[in-house]
Amino acid sequence: MRTSYRIKNGYWAYKRLVLDSILTIMSWVFHIIENRRRYFFLSAALIGLGIAAMLVSFVTTGSPLRVGVDFRSGTRFEIQFISPVTENQIRAVFAEKGISSPSVIALRGEGLENAWQIRSEFVSPETAQTIIDSLNQQVAPVITDATQVTSVSAAIGSEVTRAAIIAVVVSAVIILFYIMFVFRQVPNPFRYGMTAVIALVHDLIILLGFAAVSGLILGWEIDALFLTAMLTIAGFSLQDTIVLFDRMRENIARRPFEKLDLIANRSIIEVIHRSFVTQLNAMFVMVAILLFGGISIRPFIAVLLVGLLCGTYSSIFIAVPLLVSWEERINAKTRSV
Amino acid sequence: MRRNDFIWLVLIILAIAGAIWVISNPNFPIRLGLDLQGGLQVLLEADVPAEQEVTQEDMDTVRQIIDRRVNALGVTEPLVQIEGNRRILIELPGVEDPREALSLIQETALLEFVDTGAQALPEGLCIRTSLNEGPSRCEVEASDGEGGEILEPAPTFPTVITGAGLRQVGVDTDSLGQFFVTFSLTEEGGQIFGDHTRQNQGRHLTIVLDKQVISSPVISAVIEDSGTITGDFTLEDAQRLATQLRFGSLPVPLRIESTRQIGATLGEQSIAASIRAGIIGVIAVLLFMLVYYRLPGLLADMALIIYVILSFGIFMALGVTLTLPAITGFLLSTGMAVDANVLVFERIKEELRRGAHLEDAVDTGFSRAWSSIRDSNIATLVICLILWTFGRNFGASAVEGFAVTLAIGVFISMFTAVLATRTLTRLILGRNANKLQDQKWLLGV
Repeated sequence: MRTSYRIKNGYWAYKRLVLDSILTIMSWVFHIIENRRRYFFLSAALIGLGIAAMLVSFVTTGSPLRVGVDFRSGTRFEIQFISPVTENQIRAVFAEKGISSPSVIALRGEGLENAWQIRSEFVSPETAQTIIDSLNQQVAPVITDATQVTSVSAAIGSEVTRAAIIAVVVSAVIILFYIMFVFRQVPNPFRYGMTAVIALVHDLIILLGFAAVSGLILGWEIDALFLTAMLTIAGFSLQDTIVLFDRMRENIARRPFEKLDLIANRSIIEVIHRSFVTQLNAMFVMVAILLFGGISIRPFIAVLLVGLLCGTYSSIFIAVPLLVSWEERINAKTRSV
Repeated sequence: MRRNDFIWLVLIILAIAGAIWVISNPNFPIRLGLDLQGGLQVLLEADVPAEQEVTQEDMDTVRQIIDRRVNALGVTEPLVQIEGNRRILIELPGVEDPREALSLIQETALLEFVDTGAQALPEGLCIRTSLNEGPSRCEVEASDGEGGEILEPAPTFPTVITGAGLRQVGVDTDSLGQFFVTFSLTEEGGQIFGDHTRQNQGRHLTIVLDKQVISSPVISAVIEDSGTITGDFTLEDAQRLATQLRFGSLPVPLRIESTRQIGATLGEQSIAASIRAGIIGVIAVLLFMLVYYRLPGLLADMALIIYVILSFGIFMALGVTLTLPAITGFLLSTGMAVDANVLVFERIKEELRRGAHLEDAVDTGFSRAWSSIRDSNIATLVICLILWTFGRNFGASAVEGFAVTLAIGVFISMFTAVLATRTLTRLILGRNANKLQDQKWLLGV
């Protein structure tokens, strides 16, 4: 691409120098396609970390992820008291109502002083209200305005879980076909679709790992919003991959005799500005919500933030390199035959 | 300079004017979700075996009945909607104690046996009873000309016992072929009933369903464990009454699937915080675009502001409910709106570096970037559709709201980021292309 510059005046020359050196450094640092095994290894390590967290969680809590009531059925109380209370005081009230082993956690954070989260089996809203009344009378005055109670029955819990899995699988299949359709003019559109879906699944697995870690450390739960974040990330990851593939499609048409790995690397370098700027813009918004937005959606935003980074990363370092690997392997095979 | 650009400019200005009109029009209020104002959300499901079909008509009747009952609660802007085939979602802003609301919603039609003394009341009359005093929905409807008659002035009759005292209800027929409803009483109910019928022989014990008189028989015997309700019933009448006594006037019984109770201050804090966060985030983006892309960045900023105005206009015109996830969805889509411009501007820069003339670079930039923008936005729209379907079926209105605002945002961003920016760019850059050609700094190249 350097040869395509036309030097018109001194400004351009200066500009070219700066730009070329940046590009050289970038291609030297990145040499993405050439060094792809390193990036595959990095991703494998990240995924391994997530799986390790899931194992730890499975051993300590009996479940690989901290699943919220949305998917698991039960009742979750979020109650803020006026003055400090102890866990045993809360447990005593629940025991009185016949709920033997609720999970009781003190919430931490700004605006969450003396706030507790209690999860129990599914109780009717009426029972839930009498429990709150008892807490109010026997433990400490409850700030009614700050109380949240969520109850989900077993039936809908399992149904939502099933639907969530279906939603993810259906999205993946639709995306596969969609990309095959969009890139129908390039050779082997199936490989484009497949690598895009692999990159997307890669993102989702890393997000699950993140959820396992944050569940262990911060007590964050997987709820309907987590699923929303996952699917949104699927969309954004795909957006990045499509922009990259689109550029490859264009470059393939323009340079039919160039090798795919060169085309791929060139396309990545050409698009990387845009990835960087877009990522930065999304970060501005997300970080603002994370820092200044409501506490209740903080986990949701954190997952989105991690996912956005991950989505851009996987498009550049997983989807395109995988595509090149695939094409090269097949070419090698046909040559050896 | 093309004539098309002027036409687009006029259209864009019209769209902005329309959006501003909607935003400033008090007839289109912003609907705030429960998480922003606190309240109670309940998801109810038809409590029938899974294989038994629930007809759409039944669900619609259920919705209407619940809607009326909820209105009787005096909640502002309640939401009652059918979700999927057999679920109903109810949102009651501002309700903090769920007990009253739930007992009213789930109330199988309120059956009362009322002591009306010597008075025999005609069927269909709306009366007031000592249980939940005050005008009933029957009365409200009657005054709207939809239901029965009202007794004027309305005295309040003492309620002896409610349907809660009933154990079983059935339909039977006597030797003359006359249908009647049989009922048996619970132990507690039997006691109250027995005492009352023993002491009030010869007086009328009026049977009232949802405050409307069904029949007004005279007490002729002591009833302690079971009794009958007779009237001029056809088989259908008797069966309907029996069903109503059993399940209430709802055609199918309902059970609670999930409830969410959100305190009001949480909501207030959230809305203040998310507005602040949104403004800070958008300003950061505006500044960044201006610094990074300079003159084109300024145009993108204008497009982004147009985008925000149009989005709010459309949210309000469509009555989209704003929740925290919905606001997040909107903010995410501002990111996408900017992304479209970033794609275009990076392309324009590339063309300029290749030595293209500014006017050509602008045209190529927009046309080349379009396929990326289109293809990737469609992918997001597909995801939105899946999310929306998911949220719709499970009363996950948070998910639904997020999908709706994100999808609307994507649509509008395709309009503003491509059409609005293109028109502005062509009008401003294109007209002064020769002058600007060498102003590299201004162009951010």
